[in-house]
Amino acid sequence: MKRELIHLENVAKSFGNLLVLDEIDLTIMESEFITLLGPSGCGKTTMLRIIGGFEMPDTGRVIFDGKDITNLPPNRRPVNTVFQKYSLFSHMNVKENISFGPKIAGKSSDYIRDKVKYALKLVNLEGYEKHDVTKLSGGQQQRIAIARAIVNEPKVLLLDEPLSALDLKLRRNMRRELVRINKETGITFIFVTHDQEEALSMSDRVVVMNQGYIQQVGTPENVYNEPENAFVADFIGDSNIIDGVMVRDKVVRIFGREYPCVDEGFPEECPVDVQIRPEDIKLAASREGAFNGVVTRVVFWGMSYDINVEADGFEWLIQSTTGRRVGEEVSLHVAPENIQIMSKPQSEDEEVAQDV
Amino acid sequence: MFSRGIRNILLTPFLIWAGLFIFIPLIFIVWYGVTDYDGSFSLKHMGLIFEHGFWDAFELSISLAIISTLICLLMAYPLCLILTERQRDNTTIISLLFILPLWMNSLLSTMAWQTILEGNGIINQLMRLLGMPALQMINTPGAIVLGMVYNYLPYMVLPLYIALTKIDRRILEAARDLGANYWQTFTKIILPLSIPGAISGITMVFIPALTTFVISALLGGGKLLLIGNIIEQEFTFQYDWHVGCALSVILMIFIVLNMLLTTYFEKSHEEEDFK
Repeated sequence: MKRELIHLENVAKSFGNLLVLDEIDLTIMESEFITLLGPSGCGKTTMLRIIGGFEMPDTGRVIFDGKDITNLPPNRRPVNTVFQKYSLFSHMNVKENISFGPKIAGKSSDYIRDKVKYALKLVNLEGYEKHDVTKLSGGQQQRIAIARAIVNEPKVLLLDEPLSALDLKLRRNMRRELVRINKETGITFIFVTHDQEEALSMSDRVVVMNQGYIQQVGTPENVYNEPENAFVADFIGDSNIIDGVMVRDKVVRIFGREYPCVDEGFPEECPVDVQIRPEDIKLAASREGAFNGVVTRVVFWGMSYDINVEADGFEWLIQSTTGRRVGEEVSLHVAPENIQIMSKPQSEDEEVAQDV
Repeated sequence: MFSRGIRNILLTPFLIWAGLFIFIPLIFIVWYGVTDYDGSFSLKHMGLIFEHGFWDAFELSISLAIISTLICLLMAYPLCLILTERQRDNTTIISLLFILPLWMNSLLSTMAWQTILEGNGIINQLMRLLGMPALQMINTPGAIVLGMVYNYLPYMVLPLYIALTKIDRRILEAARDLGANYWQTFTKIILPLSIPGAISGITMVFIPALTTFVISALLGGGKLLLIGNIIEQEFTFQYDWHVGCALSVILMIFIVLNMLLTTYFEKSHEEEDFK
């Protein structure tokens, strides 16, 4: 297992009366690509800023490589940031932007020249030293911002929604680039985004956040396939979330019907949230499956259809590669291993979270 | 935004105004400046600037204007940095305090300084109360500089403040992130990015400081003559419009040359950044 690099210890932060982070405990490993994922206002950027040294936590500590850096100013942390709007220095050219950090650190001009060259190569912008940063495209500016951060050989690179200002195609490209740079340099990447696709496709681990709390930490497959609560299930991908009752181990009751599943360990007759992914539901002819219903809406997405089926007063969302007609009578079937049972939220905060 | 026709109609009042009150008087001034009493062309009045008395006043004007401008610049930077730093707090009150003197007649506020600084003024009365020797403050170059700084500081603060608020805070954070401490962030980021504001501040302070005659008349006591006082005297006491206009033209040429030089240096500085 890799070495622990950063540890956030019971961190909390409020702005005025607004609690933005609470009870944050998180360990970040060396060289991993970790993503902080959540809707806007969930506290992910504040968490990044606390690691970067731009905000001080109200309580708790930030441990870096075994040392407490909670009160260290940003310029003395072995951490560099790629800002959302790039924040390049408009009065400097590409080379001056990238060499800003090494110059401050007092490196020799030979070292700086080589390093700038290496950094530009890393972001595929060789030979751009003399260019005016304000005349570069968004994608190029973003690459310069990355080069400017990486040239300092930080232990950790913080990325604050760095791709949000780019168009779709460029964004896809940059995702691959970032993963490549992460693997090539071995620098730990802490990536903030509200885009679940970005989080799932790039990260070694995903930290799902909402309303200042960490909801779940896990690999992309882990948070997608086994969400720990309704918020995670709903935020990552599409979900059907149904009120259910755990009858006994491996049996759940939905809409008055007992249905086999694979989860165990819940108390008998315990109310739970039942999550079923739309792509896990198979449509069958009427009365062949478990639930009978009528197709109410069909949307074609290119790769698949989104089909809404009303059954037992619940509007199911189903993804299928074959289309259906509105008004058609169908039945639904779900394999037991595709039924995910989650505990009901306990606090009111989480209840609110569910509505987001 | 406007069609050509409408734009011309909207421009007409301004053009008439500029012609009547700026362009025509300027022609008269230049004409008086370069002619002799009989109306023939002559540069002899212009040449007077090199004569003793005139030249001294010109030198004193330039040096006091430079000193005042520098003091304004040194005072305005920290103030504006604090104002921009605390953007969310009660900056309206602080900035109001700086704009407030502008609402008062500058003649009145300069006269107030007169009563504060003079031999039997407030400061000297206090000194006497404390058993200390009285100070000669009024009628010194220092008093004139004080009057200039007091009157013109807002003209330095406002453009500088605007230039500083335009700097994105995240750029400052980026500099900090890349290892710069507060001082390095100031010298390498804030200072170069605020130069345009500083330059318009310098122009807005330097030019009135160079041409003033009210402040020097009130706080210099008629002993310390600036070029503005000389020009004023030519018009009001000597009734010699030719000399007055000639000196005015020289002052104008000097200011225009200065402004051209400033913009030239500003541009070459910018180009240097690309090397």
